[in-house]
Amino acid sequence: MPEMALGRGARVTDAARPILETRGLTMRFGGVVAVDNVDFSMAEGELRCLIGPNGAGKTTFFRCLTHQYKPTSGHVIYRGDDITGSHTHQIARRGIGIKTQVPSVFDGLDVRENIWLSARRYHSNRESNRVVDEILERIGLTGVANRLVGQLAHGERQGVELAIVLTGDPELILLDEPTAGMTHEEVHRTTEMIREINRTASLIVVEHDMQFIKAIANRVTVFNQGAILVEDTMDNVLKNQDVRDVYLGKREVA
Amino acid sequence: MFNSMLKTFDFNSWNTRGLMVTGAIMLALLFLGPTIFDLFTLLKVILFIAMAMLALSLAFIWGFGGILCFGQSAFFGLGGYVYAIGVINMGESTVPILLAIFIPAAFAMLLGYFMFYGRLNDVYLAVVTLAVTLILYAFIRSTSGEEWVIGKARLMGFNGISSIPDPNWPGFPDSLLWPDDKFYVAMALLILVYFGLRFLLRTHFGRVIVAIKENETRAELLGYDVRFYKMITFTIGGGIAGLAGFLLVTFNNFVNPDKFALALAAQIIMWVLIGGVGTLIGPMLGSLALLMLYNWLGTQNFAGWLNTYLVFGGIILLFVLAVPQGLQPTAQMLALRFLPWTRPTDEGGDSARNGAREGRAGD
Repeated sequence: MPEMALGRGARVTDAARPILETRGLTMRFGGVVAVDNVDFSMAEGELRCLIGPNGAGKTTFFRCLTHQYKPTSGHVIYRGDDITGSHTHQIARRGIGIKTQVPSVFDGLDVRENIWLSARRYHSNRESNRVVDEILERIGLTGVANRLVGQLAHGERQGVELAIVLTGDPELILLDEPTAGMTHEEVHRTTEMIREINRTASLIVVEHDMQFIKAIANRVTVFNQGAILVEDTMDNVLKNQDVRDVYLGKREVA
Repeated sequence: MFNSMLKTFDFNSWNTRGLMVTGAIMLALLFLGPTIFDLFTLLKVILFIAMAMLALSLAFIWGFGGILCFGQSAFFGLGGYVYAIGVINMGESTVPILLAIFIPAAFAMLLGYFMFYGRLNDVYLAVVTLAVTLILYAFIRSTSGEEWVIGKARLMGFNGISSIPDPNWPGFPDSLLWPDDKFYVAMALLILVYFGLRFLLRTHFGRVIVAIKENETRAELLGYDVRFYKMITFTIGGGIAGLAGFLLVTFNNFVNPDKFALALAAQIIMWVLIGGVGTLIGPMLGSLALLMLYNWLGTQNFAGWLNTYLVFGGIILLFVLAVPQGLQPTAQMLALRFLPWTRPTDEGGDSARNGAREGRAGD
């Protein structure tokens, strides 16, 4: 743990500017303000957790970052460039990958085809097959490579989506509840995997599992009613009375 | 066992056999056609081939591209008219045939550009394409006046253009195609387009459009420009429908506005629905079955009390309720279940990218 923190810290100081920033990001649906004037910033190589009660706007925030929603106002800045007006596929090509809350995969295609489609975007045909084999092995999906994704268990589908995202070698990865529906062992494996991914990429992780967050993150952003409530270390966030009131008070804090 | 049924696209080892059988049957038909059919039947077969080609165009864009175009007839009619006007003016058919493919394709691309880049959703897309074909129908019907002339060709409104010259062999304006030749050309083109589409679906492009149909958002999040892929898919469909329009004109040297009409637009949808959305052979057979049924109903004497469209409506209901997957997938499922020899063995090495994969019985 200490050397991990060191490693991360080292790269944070290397980075002259943040990898991702939002300025006054706002998303309104009719009268509802789902994301409210959010100024968010994270450094290169950071692993940030987003927490907050259901409906706090975390998923909407992710969708604004990837332009699945067009923000009502405000800006998204990636590596110094304003990408607010870019299309979803252009943002993906810049190196932002997203794993959605409900696995977004190609259910009617088999696991290999799913990953191939991601690999082929960046590699030649021959190279793609090699990359696919590699990632299947890494995520532990070799055994189900020829199965239809729609027939797999929820945890395996999560794995397929993670494999798809990692195949694109993104520099910033958004993970929306990566451990939802996973067994204890799967959560443990995912924890290890996220640490490993963080060696080469920056991550934003939306989570509810406090154990999991304590294990992976040193900085946590708390969302409430579409706005950032607190941003601090996990320990301080757990002590914060506002956070306890809106969120943690309802749950057992381990 | 039902693995291959869940696949929404059909290139797999089981289908490689199906592909070989299909190819063999089509080639046999190509070489034996003029021997086994008399002249009258042969001409009728050309009509069926033209309609099968039209079915193929929608089978591709709807079944694999996920684009439900309700106005595929627009490109079909356009192909027919472009060929007619071209060949009447030029007195030679090579360029008009190419135009009959490229003008509908270009029109589809333009229409596709506005629809896909404008993010029109599926329902609106169906409505807009239907509106387009109906507008063309109304427009062409209104061109009976003498002022409606393109070069030497009078459009003739609802009467249609008749006595359109037969196509000639490319480069030989004086050697026209005989009915036998027309059949060979039509059948060869159908085989070419069918296998061309099968090949396209195996390429990167083909696999991406199937992925887009499966999950548009994910395809975008992977960095694929969905709008562009859909526009190109739609363009290819338009070109094939245009080619079908040309084939139809070779059948009876005649084209009229009915090629744009609602009746045909709706029938194309039925062919694909009955044959199986997500297959290519099915819709071709669907078109054949419904056209033959249509002809048969026409020769029967109960036309007075049994409306043809009422029968068609009943068939559509029956299929949607009882055989929702369509003919081809259902036949495949039955074959896998009751004919053990159709089940593929684990032979592997089926395609370069992987060995025996989906569609394994008992999976």
